[in-house]
Amino acid sequence: MKTHILLGLASALLLPGLGMLAPQADAATTLTIATVNNPDMIVMQRLSAKFEATHPDIKLNWITLEENVLRQRVTTDIATHAGGMDIVTVGVYEVPLWAKRGWLTPFTNIPASYDVDDILKPVLSGLSYDGKPFALPFYAESQMTYYRTDLAQKAGVTVPAEPTWPQLAAIADKLNDPKNGIYGICLRGKAGWGENMGQIGPVVNGFGGRWFDLKWQPQLTSQPWEDGVKFYVDLLRKDGPPGAVSNGYNETLALFAAGHCAMWVDATVSAGFLANPKQSTVVGKVGYAAPPYTTTKIGSHYLWAWSLAVPSTSHNAAAAQEFITWATSKDYIKLVADDQGWASVPPGTRTSTYQSPDYQKAAPFAPIVLNAIDSADPHHPSILPVPYTGIQYVGIPEFQGIGTSVGQQIAAAIAGQKTVKAALAESQSETARVMRRAGYLQ
Amino acid sequence: MSKASQQRAMRKLVFTLIGWVVGLLMAFPILWMALTAFKTERQAVETPPALFFHPTLESFATVLATTNYLRFVFNSVAIAGGATLLSVALALPCAYAMAFHPSPRTKGILMWMLSTKMMPAVGVLVPIYLLFRNLHLLDTRTGMIGIYTLMNLPIVIWMLYSFFRDVPHDIVEAGLLDGANTRQQILRLLLPLTAPGVAATILLNLVLCWNEAFWSINLTATNAAPLTAFIATFSSPEGLFWAKLSAASLLAVAPIMVVGLATQRHLVSGLTFGAVK
Repeated sequence: MKTHILLGLASALLLPGLGMLAPQADAATTLTIATVNNPDMIVMQRLSAKFEATHPDIKLNWITLEENVLRQRVTTDIATHAGGMDIVTVGVYEVPLWAKRGWLTPFTNIPASYDVDDILKPVLSGLSYDGKPFALPFYAESQMTYYRTDLAQKAGVTVPAEPTWPQLAAIADKLNDPKNGIYGICLRGKAGWGENMGQIGPVVNGFGGRWFDLKWQPQLTSQPWEDGVKFYVDLLRKDGPPGAVSNGYNETLALFAAGHCAMWVDATVSAGFLANPKQSTVVGKVGYAAPPYTTTKIGSHYLWAWSLAVPSTSHNAAAAQEFITWATSKDYIKLVADDQGWASVPPGTRTSTYQSPDYQKAAPFAPIVLNAIDSADPHHPSILPVPYTGIQYVGIPEFQGIGTSVGQQIAAAIAGQKTVKAALAESQSETARVMRRAGYLQ
Repeated sequence: MSKASQQRAMRKLVFTLIGWVVGLLMAFPILWMALTAFKTERQAVETPPALFFHPTLESFATVLATTNYLRFVFNSVAIAGGATLLSVALALPCAYAMAFHPSPRTKGILMWMLSTKMMPAVGVLVPIYLLFRNLHLLDTRTGMIGIYTLMNLPIVIWMLYSFFRDVPHDIVEAGLLDGANTRQQILRLLLPLTAPGVAATILLNLVLCWNEAFWSINLTATNAAPLTAFIATFSSPEGLFWAKLSAASLLAVAPIMVVGLATQRHLVSGLTFGAVK
């Protein structure tokens, strides 16, 4: 009897699993969409019910993952030709690399009503390879300066509309008040190619530096790198919050939103979060300025676009592209505006958004964002000639490893464990080793 | 009160205090997670963090509104339960054979089985992924039951082997003389004698399957995703998410914590089973 009970229990638990072996009798096309959990993506997920309502033959399945896990999942799925995903969320770093390998399906039949010319040029260019777009932007961002107007007014300082890094450093000195829990400036310190290096790369570009010369020789011990990184480390150590080495984007956003930072230089998309009273204690006290630079504005602020692409392994490419053109269209932006208000529309993708009086009214920072994106050119990231594309990254597959390794060295300098000179010397030799092994250097 | 009894009371007090401190330290991450789950996103990132605040169910509401929690729970129960039953079903005869009919290679085989646990899972991700793709097991509960069974089988065999080994051979031989076949020896003699140990093995295996994240995140998508994949959904690269992540984590660990608390007496007695002769 006991054996029978055990067998029954086993069947009850195993059968639901075995049931999955049977093919699903479903006439509709099911699209599997892999995405990150950004607020804009969550809104898209919710509003996609409207797409399903107008496209009854298409059903949408969502996989939402952490950014790095998503990248690993998508890479594994595409590289093994598993075909488990029909739409993937990718950034400007991956698109040209994956397009070159034949991993993505180009958009060759974009309907005229989509108005592809309305997409901001640097964004579309960043998502194209060989002149063809391989992804369409859902939202895009660059960098800008945020500052507390109340603190600046109290201290009698004015943040210039187009500040330089030394000017911001001087203001940070004046506003720094650690006794009252206010730090002069918050910047990313956490190691990672998309964390501290996402910010340090543009700082170095603004000092006139570059990652590699035309022969792919690393330039990490050059003067602009030494000057740029020393400036960043000194500023963060002097006027930054304690434990800055563990602060990435989200942590600095949290610090600024909680009222602990007098200034912050980071993603333009943060403006929306800081204006949301549910997330921010500084609503109505935030001023905006252009991203800072030092000796040159070229490459001094990054460009990033979260975009939707169709892997070449998808069996439903046509339906997938139909969804993407819907989710990145003017009509979708209008849909979000009607549902959530103009302040919540996905920013940084279309000229028409920035021409809308409603958007201009809801987002006073819009001209700064538009100007930052328009002037960020991934094809010319440095005042010096370079063999790569990308402002805060280098468009080669090896960069994720290199960027994170250099980020760790600089994080050690921020933590005071080594000097900037030693950190950069170690970064230089490690980067040279990777580049030699990858065949860039002989 | 005599001096000796005073000293005894003092010693007891000190040990109790140490026990509480160590216990609280070990439980702190879970307690902090539970606390954060009842904060707003803004409160969750406040520095210094607030210990006393007006609790809210806002994060739970968001988490439950944006995902199908019950589907994840069902997948976790089906996968963890299925894999546990399959592992025990396979491990029982295996451990029996090794404990009561050892060959000269038994020790070597046991060590080899354990060695499969020494390789990082990511090292075999691509071959496993290709196998799953070719067998159409990606994003299926069957596939997950299979991988979890293989993953935990060495531990289950080792545990059952060590419990069986403590059973005197004479008892099994007596059963043999009375005409019990292998199945009857296992089910009628060994299982009742080692019940606390087997129960502990089942519980431990259940917990290991429930908490496994690497394979569930890499091999499932929408149909077979368990609660570990559900937690991963709430980590955001841009935007505050600590309260939502904590609420999701609390919802994910709650069922297995309830099972653990309900059975902790058996778990402890099982894990120490045979330790004191």
